[in-house]
Amino acid sequence: MDMVEHVDRRGWRDWLVQRISAVLIGTYAIFLIIYVLLHEPMSYAAWYGLFSHFFMKISTLIVLLSILWHTWIGIWTVLTDYVKNQAMRLFLETVVCLLLLAYLIWLLDILWVVIER
Amino acid sequence: MDTKRPVNLDLFQFKFPPMAILSITHRISGVVLFLWIPFFLYILHCSVDSPLTYIVLQHALQGFWMRLALWIGLSAVFFHLLSGIRHMAMDLGFWESVTESRWSAYATFVLGLVVILLLVVWIW
Repeated sequence: MDMVEHVDRRGWRDWLVQRISAVLIGTYAIFLIIYVLLHEPMSYAAWYGLFSHFFMKISTLIVLLSILWHTWIGIWTVLTDYVKNQAMRLFLETVVCLLLLAYLIWLLDILWVVIER
Repeated sequence: MDTKRPVNLDLFQFKFPPMAILSITHRISGVVLFLWIPFFLYILHCSVDSPLTYIVLQHALQGFWMRLALWIGLSAVFFHLLSGIRHMAMDLGFWESVTESRWSAYATFVLGLVVILLLVVWIW
């Protein structure tokens, strides 16, 4: 019974996280698309200048965290639906988790370049 | 039950409603986006790292395979975004009847196709 309740709450939390992260990512994506279209052709100075803003660095980090969590819920759903072999599913879930963690470190490294200078 | 009876299910005879096709396309574009994360991070990395890597990236993006990868990635971004907006609109209670959800699914496909074609023009 405990187990069922746990899974049940997780479903509700996943549902909410998926929507909140979607709004964050969508807003960021639409902003970036409009910015790029308005500054076409983009120079390095303008592009770097955008990402050196404190607000942009924080937003990029928050949006990447949103992307990783959103991706995890999405991929988990897809794997649960289509990969019926439990060992295989566990293996794929582990690979996805490690990849997402690596992407986070990669982004921190990218943003660090901008912070350092 | 006789398990040897012939099964004649012609899969091409099934007709799926546009909402179902949109749902699976949303999933496919989501998986593509997952696979494309390193590509986008690579572009972000090169674009902010230094003026030199920025120029190197600009040249790299002139290549056919890089353009194709960029087109596929951005197509997935726009399609997932559009069908995601429709999904959230339905969460809020809009377009919930069969007729409305059918038309909003068609509209998402048409809009998505237009954006994907515009991306061809923009990238090439």
